[in-house]
Amino acid sequence: MLEITNLQVSVGKKPILKGLSLTVKPGEVHAIMGPNGSGKSTLAHVIAGRDGYNITGGSVTFNGKDLLSLAPEERAGEGVFLAFQYPVEIPGVNNVYMLKAALNGIRKYRGEKELDAIEFLKIVKAKTKAVGIDDGLLNRPVNMGFSGGEKKRNEVFQMSVLEPHLAILDETDSGLDIDALKAVGDGVNQLRDGSRSFVVVTHYQRLLDYIVPDFVHVLAGGRIVRSGDKGLALELEERGYDWLKDEASVV
Amino acid sequence: MASQPQDITDFVNRKYEAGFYTDIEQDSVAPGLNPGVIEFISKKKGEPQWMLDWRLKAYERWTKMAEPKWAHVHYPPIDLQAISYYSAPKSQDDRPKSLDEVDPELIATYEKLGIPLEEQKMLAGVAVDMVFDSVSVHTTFKEKLAEVGVIFCSFSEAVINHPELIQRYLGSVVPVSDNYFAALNSAVFTDGSFVYIPKNTRCPMELSTYFRINAMNTGQFERTLIIADSGSHVSYLEGCTAPMRDENQLHAAVVELVALDDAEIKYSTVQNWYPGDENGVGGIYNFVTKRGDCRGNNSKISWTQVETGSAITWKYPSCILKGDNSIGEFYSVALARNCQQADTGTKMVHLGRNTRSTIISKGISADRGQNAYRGLVRIAKGATNARNYTQCDSLLIGDRSGAHTFPYVEVKNSSAQIEHEASTSKISDDQLFYLRQRGIRDEDAINMIVNGFCRDVFKELPMEFAVEAQKLLSISLEGSIG
Repeated sequence: MLEITNLQVSVGKKPILKGLSLTVKPGEVHAIMGPNGSGKSTLAHVIAGRDGYNITGGSVTFNGKDLLSLAPEERAGEGVFLAFQYPVEIPGVNNVYMLKAALNGIRKYRGEKELDAIEFLKIVKAKTKAVGIDDGLLNRPVNMGFSGGEKKRNEVFQMSVLEPHLAILDETDSGLDIDALKAVGDGVNQLRDGSRSFVVVTHYQRLLDYIVPDFVHVLAGGRIVRSGDKGLALELEERGYDWLKDEASVV
Repeated sequence: MASQPQDITDFVNRKYEAGFYTDIEQDSVAPGLNPGVIEFISKKKGEPQWMLDWRLKAYERWTKMAEPKWAHVHYPPIDLQAISYYSAPKSQDDRPKSLDEVDPELIATYEKLGIPLEEQKMLAGVAVDMVFDSVSVHTTFKEKLAEVGVIFCSFSEAVINHPELIQRYLGSVVPVSDNYFAALNSAVFTDGSFVYIPKNTRCPMELSTYFRINAMNTGQFERTLIIADSGSHVSYLEGCTAPMRDENQLHAAVVELVALDDAEIKYSTVQNWYPGDENGVGGIYNFVTKRGDCRGNNSKISWTQVETGSAITWKYPSCILKGDNSIGEFYSVALARNCQQADTGTKMVHLGRNTRSTIISKGISADRGQNAYRGLVRIAKGATNARNYTQCDSLLIGDRSGAHTFPYVEVKNSSAQIEHEASTSKISDDQLFYLRQRGIRDEDAINMIVNGFCRDVFKELPMEFAVEAQKLLSISLEGSIG
């Protein structure tokens, strides 16, 4: 499904990713862990198509398509979703209204019929219940005045409505208390259906208590320096990242 | 144009020169402005002597005035002596014969706005038989208004049929000598709208110039007077989202509103005059004086405007809060793109006690557009417990556009409470990326952000107008991604 080969990315002149490779198959959950500044968020943004990164080498394909040649909205149409670390506030734009435009944008891209307001609201109602988001948030402007937890829950809610093939969670756990963390984890788990894939970017192990990964990769110095199963995450929790950093500099 | 007053004096001195003196049978008058021309206009319209005297007085004052230069707009000098101040509507022969002869850009815009074919023809000035459905709409409309005693007619009709109201209120809000363009308008205005709402009457429908198809050709010097008698209520819509073809480059309208005790006037405008091509060539110059007088206690006047057209906009819908407990409101969205320049804002003059005013101004600048907010809040000595809230936001699209804010505050009473909030922002890459990541195309994402920015103003517009205004803004912003 997602095939990243020898990806090299720099910001300005500074290389951030230095030959990263990763394969994600349908239904798999991959956790990308690593110390601050190791390039985790860069990876998430490059997959989603954010401007400001120079791709200096390598490739990213998604279901056989060259993802790097597509605009962000086209990648969304292909089924890529990014849950943001810092969801941005958009004054005056109603949350549900935005989501309807998003869903119909994706449907249009796929050549599917756009949904009318009634059909759309049916979906929203069902998903609201499933994700357990406070429906008072739905008709507020996008993320305006939301608490940290509400913003992340809103991301999960949007994900559940848009039903992506691949969801990337960028430090979704940052700034969440335990209850919010659990709620977000529950929301994500509901979306695991055996064919949808997840890339979970996180600094801490604790999110992985709720979203149990099939694979754990450690990103350090712009490369994946170690891969394993969920046991690796626990090991990192105990030993920290330093021992791997040394390994990275050796490689 | 520093030399203009001298030019004018010259013209005044040779006012009866041969060739200038106009024949009443004639349908238009040679370019230039002098008392003879004003007499011609007045006679042509069959006006009583008092109306002519009023015009001549305005002309007299105008000759002593100079064109204002303080606005943050730049344009080549306007030669007011090169304009013909009266011309009959264009004959059918001079008009485009069909839509095929009209600028395809204009037609494309009409189609995006979903305007029916017949209306497209009318707006584009195509020679058509104007007698279609609207006439019957027009008639039922008039009957319904007459039932409750509301007067809604062209200004010319009002001069003839309701002279007592005109004499009493005309110029009582915007005096003839108020400013250069208002004085010019007072001297040469050709037509406009007149509205009178009787005591304790709620006007049963939104009044719209759109219904008055006979007033489509009111020309460049439009005059509007709306009087809401005690305890009455009226909502008036001006303009049209469709860009109208117009022969006249200079527009200098005057709008006067009078609200007596407990009366309320809501005046909404969508202005979409031709802005010129991308280099600003051929666009309309719009120099408008709009002012409302909250003359009675507990009265309220509310201005809402969406300004997307014109090459140059010079416009400050204002409120004089004379009555105790009176309320003034100003909600504005002004868009300037390509070479458009907008200098717009409001004046809230608090004279009465417990008067309140709210100003919400949203300026959007794209491409090389320049947008200026200019506002005055004046609290007079006697205006005890006056309150004002001003919010003035600017949104920049691209890196060549500009936003300017000129707020003036004068307070002479220490009990006043004044709040001013201002912000300038660019559409952020973060917002754009967020929406695009969700699957929304880049242009749609910009529209969404801009419409969100304007929401506080759009929600003040009557429902249908608000929908149209949003659509208009989207179309106006097409291709302006910075």
